[in-house]
Amino acid sequence: MSDFTMPSLGADMDSGTIVEWLVKPGDHVQRGAPMAVVDTDKAAVEIETFQSGVVGDLLVEPGQRVDVGTPLATMLAAGEAPSAAPVSVGKAKRPRARRVPPPREAAAPVPPAVPREAEVAAAAPPAPSPPLRHHAAELGVDLASVTGTGTHGRITRRDVDAAAHRPRVSPYARRLAEELGVDLAAVTGTGTSGTVRAEDVRAAAHARPEVPPVSTEAPRSDRATIAALMSRSKREIPHYYVATTVDMHTVVSWLRDTNRDRSVAERIVPAAALLRAVALAARRMPQLNGFWVDGVFVPGEDVHVGVAISVRRGALVAPALRHAADLELPVLMQALRDLVGRARSGRLTRAELADPTLTVTDLGDQGVEEVFGVIQPPQVALVGIGRLVERPWAVDGLLGVRPLVRLSLSGDHRATDGYTGARFLATIDDLLQHPEAL
Amino acid sequence: MTMTPDQARSLVSKQIRFIVPDADLDGLPPDADLRRTLELDSLDFLEFVERLSKDAGVRIDEDDYPSLATMESCQAFLAARTAASD
Repeated sequence: MSDFTMPSLGADMDSGTIVEWLVKPGDHVQRGAPMAVVDTDKAAVEIETFQSGVVGDLLVEPGQRVDVGTPLATMLAAGEAPSAAPVSVGKAKRPRARRVPPPREAAAPVPPAVPREAEVAAAAPPAPSPPLRHHAAELGVDLASVTGTGTHGRITRRDVDAAAHRPRVSPYARRLAEELGVDLAAVTGTGTSGTVRAEDVRAAAHARPEVPPVSTEAPRSDRATIAALMSRSKREIPHYYVATTVDMHTVVSWLRDTNRDRSVAERIVPAAALLRAVALAARRMPQLNGFWVDGVFVPGEDVHVGVAISVRRGALVAPALRHAADLELPVLMQALRDLVGRARSGRLTRAELADPTLTVTDLGDQGVEEVFGVIQPPQVALVGIGRLVERPWAVDGLLGVRPLVRLSLSGDHRATDGYTGARFLATIDDLLQHPEAL
Repeated sequence: MTMTPDQARSLVSKQIRFIVPDADLDGLPPDADLRRTLELDSLDFLEFVERLSKDAGVRIDEDDYPSLATMESCQAFLAARTAASD
């Protein structure tokens, strides 16, 4: 028997909150299978198991915040007998929510609300803990009327909250609300016994609220996370900065030509070409692609380019475009769209959040021409991309108007020198002059 | 059939609300730059074009993007493009 523990999903993570379990005791799981959804302050992330076997007991209830390394569940090797409590027959069967973002307009049938009562064990579930009873009393919830969804039908904090004020929401409507940024608490359900359905969410998304909903909680913790990470970066990392101007004429013209034959959905934006060039340059110059750990540089196992994405409501995440140097440009473009979409709906995977080996921040769309970023520790470099601007530019002794972009590199001077950073930017420039090879 | 300005406005608004659910489109001047005002990045804009093209049933090339800069220009573009396909 072994423990499945709260993983560290990034250098800055000390603890995480279990949002929901995706497995139940007795489930057979393969290495890499998603086990639970964890909220890390930055995003909700699926965490996977590194061990195949059978899920024993779930030790942490949804809603509980625990430190990194805390056992979350016991895992039995295949064939190993459960040591403690026998697997309950009455564990709440919840349909495994798929995390693939659904097509937003798909008219998916709304699954009927699962009648949990019918599935709860005949045997009495464990008595709620004193803190939970206190919590329920505070909210005026009668525990006898609450159906437990935890291990062995245990009533969780979330069940109490749900009973207190959460509207009943169909799973599809919940996903849709997340994607559209609709606050479910403000939606009036029109389904059976006030259940919020997908149509209600869409209606709410279309009806512009007089006052935009302001979430006071999320940004604060996001700010705190960013503050801690950036302070650490500036405290520990001696940054150096280099920058150059890249003539984007060739790549922009090439994209315009090739995009003519593409459907809108397949079109490639210059930002994707820049990311592709960064990824290829990082593969050629591995000394900028990796981590500074305990006084030495540890190269990344592959090129996973972190992409800084502003998530609406003011948060910032930098998940990885994994194996970016292996992604042909059209594939990278789709991967980028998918990544941004999932970042904004809060559905990133553990690997995407945990292992960028080099980060890119592209503030071009926000109008600035140049950005010198702060390195995300323990990474050793950060590439800044500015706005694509048309400017006079000398080519072969003649002055013309060209689309230009300012590229910068912030480097960790412990790991590399400005000379390396300069060569890195020159490599990106060179790659962009031959877009057909991207 | 040629799209009226009102039809075009509601079509454009619908696509934008998919991307920016809380966008204040009623208070948006007709000549305001959509990308800048609504902070649409290049991927957001691509999604906007994709949805608009599908919903309006018109082809939109990259060369047409400047015509989609403001609500006003979107209306003119959609009117012209739908009239052309009559």
